[in-house]
Amino acid sequence: MTSTITRPPVAPTRPLGREERRRKARFYDRPGWLSYALLVVFFIAAVFPLWWSFVMASRQASDINAVPPVVIPGPNFIENVLKAFATVDFAKALLNSLIISGAIAVAVVFFSTLAGFAFAKLKFRGRNPLMVTVIATMAIPTQLGIIPLFMLVSELKLANSLWAVIIPGLVSAFGVFFMRQYLVDTIPDELIEAARMDGASMWGTFWHVAIPAARPAMAVLGLFMFMAAWTDFLWPLLVLGPKNPSVQTALAALNASGGHTPDYSMVLAGAIISIVPLLILFLFAGKQLIAGIMSGAVKG
Amino acid sequence: MSAVTAGRRTGTQLTFRQKLSNFDYKFSPYLYVAPFFILFALLGAFPIIYTVNVSLYDWDLLKGQGDFIGFENYLTTLQDPFFWNAFGNTISIFLLSAVPQLVMATIIAAVLDQAIRASTFWRMSVLLPYIAAPVAVAVIFTQVFNQFGGPITGLTELMGLEPIRWGYDPFPAHIAIATMVNWRWTGYNALILLAAMQAIPRDMYESAALDGAGRIRRFWSITIPMIRPTMIFVIITATIGGLQIFTEPKLFDGQSNGGANRQFQTIVLYLYEMAFPRRDFGRAAATAWILFLIIVLIGLINYAISRTIASQDISRVRTPKRAALTANGVRR
Repeated sequence: MTSTITRPPVAPTRPLGREERRRKARFYDRPGWLSYALLVVFFIAAVFPLWWSFVMASRQASDINAVPPVVIPGPNFIENVLKAFATVDFAKALLNSLIISGAIAVAVVFFSTLAGFAFAKLKFRGRNPLMVTVIATMAIPTQLGIIPLFMLVSELKLANSLWAVIIPGLVSAFGVFFMRQYLVDTIPDELIEAARMDGASMWGTFWHVAIPAARPAMAVLGLFMFMAAWTDFLWPLLVLGPKNPSVQTALAALNASGGHTPDYSMVLAGAIISIVPLLILFLFAGKQLIAGIMSGAVKG
Repeated sequence: MSAVTAGRRTGTQLTFRQKLSNFDYKFSPYLYVAPFFILFALLGAFPIIYTVNVSLYDWDLLKGQGDFIGFENYLTTLQDPFFWNAFGNTISIFLLSAVPQLVMATIIAAVLDQAIRASTFWRMSVLLPYIAAPVAVAVIFTQVFNQFGGPITGLTELMGLEPIRWGYDPFPAHIAIATMVNWRWTGYNALILLAAMQAIPRDMYESAALDGAGRIRRFWSITIPMIRPTMIFVIITATIGGLQIFTEPKLFDGQSNGGANRQFQTIVLYLYEMAFPRRDFGRAAATAWILFLIIVLIGLINYAISRTIASQDISRVRTPKRAALTANGVRR
């Protein structure tokens, strides 16, 4: 795309004027048709698998063999969804996942804000080594400890209970780090001094100064933690039995229900069911999610 | 008691309330960080350390924990061809997912770094796959890569090609599994790289443009060197995540643990097979530690490689830090 403004002819000897220099530099920021073509390709790549699974979920299982592949939805969506609900206990799974993810999100946000505030704004002996410890634990894959954790769960007779999934997710090193980074620049030191001068207790300061300031970051962190807990699979697979599934273990069970040739339409209807709750969240809070990732959020 | 006099008092004349306040301010921070450290010690650190203990014993399917056997579990694992098969599969899938993913994410980020119309819409659309859980992604793509039907087989049939045996041949299976990872994470990483690109001062591009550097040249000489730290960060997180891949290969063939001939069994799947069907917790724990060391090692190799690659073109761009170094060079 070229500019619609016609450029005045420039004498080669004259140095560029400020206006022309700016126009020339802005050339970098002006996307051409190729950029949009690439974006459309990425868009199709992102949406097609989801669209195709929805199309399949609304047709007969035999349509998977259609040549050329099907791309238009059919009439059987509700029927397939009902079949999926009849095969595995999706209702219970959705409720369980909601409880697990909600509890983990609330707990992580609360503990992270508390610790993040202390690391960001309070002076205490050993603050820096402790913060370094937090950062170091971020790099350790927690999956490393699943064997003893599994034994612990069996020992405490917690298998098949939601507590077995909630308790290991209560704290997150990433959460502490994330809240600290946010609060360091957000709360001016004077504000804490002022609160102390006014005779506020530390807890009062946390409650009336830190929490209001941290609110946007708390929302983003909560969103991320909810999603991470919702999509987790390995740990729930180990500790939750078929009678008390999470959405992910229910979907895996549905996928395995027909041996090597499952009812494709029903399985994909199940996949759609498992995605819908997060999709709704994404439509409402997608902007915060993007802001969170772009502010340096990492895989939790 | 007014706040003004409180500031001037010396330590000996403090009122009870001030002492209480000082105590409060001194010890509260520890209380605030305590929940994290206590819970992490119990649920994170302890199990990881205890894994060492588990790995030093012989375990039996029926009898449970047996005799102390030292490092035998590690030796057995390292001599097991199935372990090396899983290792090879993991590296293969990791490379097939990490490399194209990074290239694609960088391209998407560079495109989005321009003054794009409806930028929020495009950002949301590249992030859309991220909300699909790995299980759902695996379920969907298992059907996309269905070798008896599905869109890809349909297309190859249209073109008159032989159907590709996604579920049987190792390399196609690796590609299918890597595609699941790429599809879910590319947009996410693109947004992280985009944030880094937007932090680059625009006047750098401006002066480069005035010096006659074209678009491509500016991209290679300014953008890439400037986003190096973020790039390293993305590579390292992709490594930590990629080497622990489990869900996608587990569900790509729900009946087995990584294919009929273990053709796409990954290290974590191998660990899973040791621990749960076989109840050999010692072997599983040893595998967990070996995996951890592999992750650390590959992370370091990555770090070294990405430093050299990214620094090749930086010599021309003088970052403030470099300028300071050369300025101090005289005094050194």
